[in-house]
Amino acid sequence: MQGKYKATFWLSVVLVALLLLVPALGSKYLVDLTTEIMIYALFALSLNVLIGYSGNISFGHAAYFAIGGYACAIFLTTYEWPLIISMPAAIVLAGLAAAFVGYFCIRLTDIYFSMLTLAFGMLVWAVAFKWRGVTGGDDGFVGVAVPEFIGDRYAFFYFTLTVVALSTGLLWLICHSAFGRTLVAVRENRMRASFVGVDTRRLRLTAFVVAGTFAGIAGSLFAMYNRGVYVESAFWTESGQVLIMTLLGGLYSFFGPALGAAVLYTLQVGINQYTEYWPVVLGTILLIIIMFLPNGLVGLAQKISAQFSRRT
Amino acid sequence: METVLEIKQAYKAFDGFVAINDVTIDLKRGEKHAIIGPNGAGKTTLFNLITGHLKVDRGSVTFEGKEITGTPPHRIVKLGLARSFQRINIYPRMTVFENVQVALIARDGRSFHLFTLGHALNRDESAELLALVGLSAEAEELAGELAYGKQKQLELAISLASHPSVLLLDEPTAGMSPPETVEAIKLIEEIAEARGLALLFTEHDMGVVFGISDRISVLHHGELIFSGAPDRVREDPEVRRVYLGESHGAA
Amino acid sequence: MPPIEGKTMSMLANPTFLFYQFMNSISLGMNIFIIAAGLSLILGVLRVINFAHGAFFMVGAYVCWSTVTYLDGATGSFWLGVAAAAVVLGVVAFVIERGLLHYLYGREHLTQLLFTFAIVLVVGDLAKMIWGTDQYNVPYPHGLSGAVNFGFALYPAYPLLLCAIGVVVAVGMWLVLSKTRWGRIIRAATQDREMLSALGMNVPLVYTGVFVIGSALAGLGGALAAPRVAVSPGMDATIIIECFIVVIIGGLGSLWGSFLGALALGFVTMFGTVIFPDWELVLAYVLMLGILLWRPWGLFGVSEEESH
Repeated sequence: MQGKYKATFWLSVVLVALLLLVPALGSKYLVDLTTEIMIYALFALSLNVLIGYSGNISFGHAAYFAIGGYACAIFLTTYEWPLIISMPAAIVLAGLAAAFVGYFCIRLTDIYFSMLTLAFGMLVWAVAFKWRGVTGGDDGFVGVAVPEFIGDRYAFFYFTLTVVALSTGLLWLICHSAFGRTLVAVRENRMRASFVGVDTRRLRLTAFVVAGTFAGIAGSLFAMYNRGVYVESAFWTESGQVLIMTLLGGLYSFFGPALGAAVLYTLQVGINQYTEYWPVVLGTILLIIIMFLPNGLVGLAQKISAQFSRRT
Repeated sequence: METVLEIKQAYKAFDGFVAINDVTIDLKRGEKHAIIGPNGAGKTTLFNLITGHLKVDRGSVTFEGKEITGTPPHRIVKLGLARSFQRINIYPRMTVFENVQVALIARDGRSFHLFTLGHALNRDESAELLALVGLSAEAEELAGELAYGKQKQLELAISLASHPSVLLLDEPTAGMSPPETVEAIKLIEEIAEARGLALLFTEHDMGVVFGISDRISVLHHGELIFSGAPDRVREDPEVRRVYLGESHGAA
Repeated sequence: MPPIEGKTMSMLANPTFLFYQFMNSISLGMNIFIIAAGLSLILGVLRVINFAHGAFFMVGAYVCWSTVTYLDGATGSFWLGVAAAAVVLGVVAFVIERGLLHYLYGREHLTQLLFTFAIVLVVGDLAKMIWGTDQYNVPYPHGLSGAVNFGFALYPAYPLLLCAIGVVVAVGMWLVLSKTRWGRIIRAATQDREMLSALGMNVPLVYTGVFVIGSALAGLGGALAAPRVAVSPGMDATIIIECFIVVIIGGLGSLWGSFLGALALGFVTMFGTVIFPDWELVLAYVLMLGILLWRPWGLFGVSEEESH
């Protein structure tokens, strides 16, 4: 292994070990919260392939989360397929949907891209909303037939931890691969990249599909965790929220978005106990990040540690 | 001598404005061919037509005996035609080393390797290229933080990474001080010599143009008004009239 | 999708009904156009997608309702409400632009996008705090609750007026953009921002002005829509998507593009509701995709790559 990545590797091992110990703390509430955070962390990490690594701002990422969720729920429940087929099929479906939408979106740049991803995201929402017979419409798809071996809170926690850890590892590899490096180059200067022989369009499409696929994984976990899927998870504010998680953590670091997800989600759960006006709080947090923390929490930490090391 | 690049009767208009009108021009293997002309003569447009960034309305572009009209830029690069830009064109928030490495990854067709760690790829060759342009010491710095002249050198290294047989240089010394210009041109000449590169370039510094060109072509209002040896270009009455005469004071 | 039923066919064969739907399409299209024109203007000049445009539209409708309610529906109260909506949103936009957005123009596209999203969240919740979550209805203004007799059919007066207002706004904007100094400045800003400051224009002032006017149009559109729809939370999301579709179809920053796009959306929605009930929004997307396949930059859009 490269010396460069050694620290990352051991830190990840420690983190996974700590997570494994969470159920031992004896708090059901904490186990649930951790499960939810892990799912959102994966969701935010998947989005960052697009935002941080390729510089394409998708405002419709919730669509693939929702497609993964609905598909997994429907395959498990309506078709009674086993998990080993349902979940991969749902993930592939999310990836295919991303490929279809991506084909239209990546032909355009910046402003158009964001508008179009949002429009497509809302298309998915509209279909989920209207297609009552299949999705349950605004009542949601309830009573997902979760397989027995992960039916219990603790079993599902370990299942989620395994899936999220493996997915994160895979995402990490993709972001640090030859592809990931080229993706950053395309973000930095698309024209230059095309003049060293990179098919920038296909590269961005690939990133779009990767992001959609991993969002699909997060979505299918979420559907099973909640034993239901609701149209709200496809709504554009959901896409906005995961974007804020990513930004809060820090776009230009691999793990930043996961940290952002943990912080923002915990905050949301906390604040929801006191007020129904979470959006106004979220909006204010967002304004603060924009004005004062452009590089997110990770950027802030780097700044502080730089200051500290200068002093000593 | 063998022709590597040939533009035949190229025509390009934007919204009724004719940028390139019926231009036929070629480049021999190993030749240094300068294209000069007043601002707005169509030099950059011509380059964009050759490298596939723009598409000719009429006419054709042939490279190494293969027609490349309408071929996207990334494919043209793979055939061995590279370019550098008038304005600095690098990846500012990547290290100098990574700037070159990415180009090598692309050349080797590994841009779509999702599961191969990028860090270890093409390290030796990246280092060699950086040494060639004299940037070894700056390898780990962020490209965007380099001095202007060094960014130009980095650009050259990126362009060379694809192992081109033809290099298009758009104003390679733009924005450089006279000593920097001398250095940069020396470097380019050495590299072209060592690698047998053919150069097609635009340049505002007439000293450079007459110093290194094997051939000079003059564009004016999108039309080719002269193409020939440097000693003949000064004598051409048309060139004197539209270009050299009026620009002596300005350039 | 459900198959076309016999009943639908007979409805579509009825000339009166066809006329009615035709007029409804134009009326809806013109209403959307007034809002989308503001979005498109801001987009063209500031290069900022204002997500909050939908929220501004919603607040416009609420302001109109409040005015009418406060004045107990007195004659003219509706038009006062319309004016109030435009003014309130203009002021809100002024404060937002001068106070915050102003500092973000040099920043990344993402920052600006998320900024307007933050405004959506804040404004949406503030609206909920002020007006609650009930649905409100605004009656047709006095003198416009009747119908106009076309000889062969009747058509309600208010939607007819909406058609006219849409055309007036379009022609008015076109005149301003093409015939006045301000219009020339705005068009120059759409095409080349650097040119503006090179010409010695007060760029910040142009930006503020455009943001205020664009947002006032959203408020105006919201107030005008109020008698046509149920005024309630959530109306912001629907309209912003419709505006996006219109702008994407028409091409970024193109006035007549938005005009045509809005009309097209009006027709697809109104006839879609009859032919494929519940799926009209999906039809709108099909329209958008078709146009994007044919012209990736919209009907009147210019390729961003070629324009450099």
